[in-house]
Amino acid sequence: MKLSLGKYLLPTYVALTFAFLAIPIIYTFVFSFNDSIKSNIIWRGFTLDNWLDVCNQQEVCDAFGNSVIVAVSATVVATILGTMIAIALVRYRFRFRSATNLLLFLPLATPEVVMGAGLAAQFLDFGWQKGLPTVIIAHTMFTLSFVVVTVKARVATLDPALEEAGRDLYANAAQVFWRITFPLLLPGILAAAMLAFALSFDDFIITQFNSGAVDTFPKFVYTAAARGIPAEANVIGSFVFLVAIAIVLVVQIRSSRKQKKLITK
Amino acid sequence: MSADFVAGGQDLELESIRKEFPGFVAVDDLDLKIPAGEFFALLGPSGCGKTTTLRMIAGLETPSAGRILIGGNDVTDQKPHQRPVNTVFQNYALFPHMSVEENVAFGLKQRKVDNPQQRAQAALEMVELQHLAARRPQQLSGGQQQRVALARALVNRPALLLLDEPLGALDLKLRRQMQIELKAIQMEVGLTFLHVTHDQEEAMDMADTVAVMNHGHIEQMGAPEALYDRPKTAFVARFLGQSNIFVGEVAEADDAKLAINFKGNRLAAPAARVQKTKGKVAIGVRPEKTSFHPEKPASDPAVNILGRGTITDIRFTGVSNQYQIEIPEVGEITVFAQNVGKSPVVELGAEVWVSWKVEHSFGLADLPTGEEEVAE
Repeated sequence: MKLSLGKYLLPTYVALTFAFLAIPIIYTFVFSFNDSIKSNIIWRGFTLDNWLDVCNQQEVCDAFGNSVIVAVSATVVATILGTMIAIALVRYRFRFRSATNLLLFLPLATPEVVMGAGLAAQFLDFGWQKGLPTVIIAHTMFTLSFVVVTVKARVATLDPALEEAGRDLYANAAQVFWRITFPLLLPGILAAAMLAFALSFDDFIITQFNSGAVDTFPKFVYTAAARGIPAEANVIGSFVFLVAIAIVLVVQIRSSRKQKKLITK
Repeated sequence: MSADFVAGGQDLELESIRKEFPGFVAVDDLDLKIPAGEFFALLGPSGCGKTTTLRMIAGLETPSAGRILIGGNDVTDQKPHQRPVNTVFQNYALFPHMSVEENVAFGLKQRKVDNPQQRAQAALEMVELQHLAARRPQQLSGGQQQRVALARALVNRPALLLLDEPLGALDLKLRRQMQIELKAIQMEVGLTFLHVTHDQEEAMDMADTVAVMNHGHIEQMGAPEALYDRPKTAFVARFLGQSNIFVGEVAEADDAKLAINFKGNRLAAPAARVQKTKGKVAIGVRPEKTSFHPEKPASDPAVNILGRGTITDIRFTGVSNQYQIEIPEVGEITVFAQNVGKSPVVELGAEVWVSWKVEHSFGLADLPTGEEEVAE
């Protein structure tokens, strides 16, 4: 009795947990194929139309396009700045170094409402029109800390002797960076960039405060929720999810192959 | 080898080089000259400034004062990549994202030398690793990584090769084997080698000249045999092998010899082997030059005698036995006896006299400091 309880309890529990986590995703995915008219709540039959003609609902595609522009811009700027800050914080001693280290955690700990409202007030002060540029600035700011923390961990494990060996072997400062430091930091930089992209892409609160009339994808979905989300939004949500899964799978397969190679060689 | 390679090793000159870190002086106005083509060892305990000296020569550390000259050219203000110097790093510092061959070819490609792959292959052949060229460094054993690091430095034919404790991470057997290979390679390529180590056996085994470093300066420099036979300071006498050291007032000093009065015993050393002839003088002898006897030896002006003492410890180390002999009023003396199967007395507690030939004594320039255990 006791044994069979243990035997079934754990698998049941695990199955329920996975179901709990996966049901909203599965729902979104399944209803992206719904032959809906206006609201997408009741199942009306299977169709591929939503997938084949996503931009049928123009606002969905515009919002998605804006989100991609914001996320890509913020990711590029935050990753470059953040990587430089991370290297400086680990490798160099300078005034206010520990203060910088501490302050970088501030955006991680500040509630988004506070940060979003603060930024909105700032832009108002400057007299800047709210729009895509203000959203990009806001997103760069809040993703920067995540990039620094992620890349810093990688820099800390990088043996300074490797860079010294590069200098010893006739490489100048720039060559040492591009041929030794950068390739060795790349996995950390890529992880940081992916994190920044994901954070920026689905941010709602900070965007809401700083975007004015411009719609991003999360903002559009939120507004649409009141009158019924179009199935095209499900298509885009599912698409982003599938891309993320594909990236994870590729990384996993590549690293396990590498490991096998190391063992067999 | 093409013209852009240095024809051979060049000499290195350090002119009152100095390095200060906040709170302490790592290298204290060091002067040093290493002739071209020599295998030179900088030997000292950790924290003596030897690695800092090496890093300043490589350009990885900026001296606080002084000049560095390689082949007569002042390189003090040159960046590491501008100096004709290559380094074998302590933990090899092989680039993990490159293959063995790419590692070895790195310096060649930086300098845009012709046929980097071929030269890298030739360098790998020299260290007998050509079959592993395609592997990553982390797939190699410690000894193989060591050879790759050596090939990566040597392939550039630097005027000066720096070795920073290159054998420290290897086990004893491999270390002895690499010592022989390293020495053979140095003779073959004829480059100037500067080897930094804390292992006195390693330094004496390989180097033409050894400089013993302590507290940021060189205590003594010379051929290994000379350093061992005639240490000038208590530090050298103790760091390079073991020594029995006795301190006393000078009792007599003439052209032939110097004698001190040590607790009522007269201990002499040849005048040519002493550094100081006035006041308190420390006289020492190596344990293997010392012997012990069950009977008191006949008085002889050519022999120093101490006794009577008791054997308090016997250690069998293989080729020789090490005896500790405690003499009342005098202290503890160490004696090595070759393990040739006819050691005179071997039981613990046996009463013996200790003696050595006056010609084997050496007189030091300084007195042992408190941190060393010394019969006084």
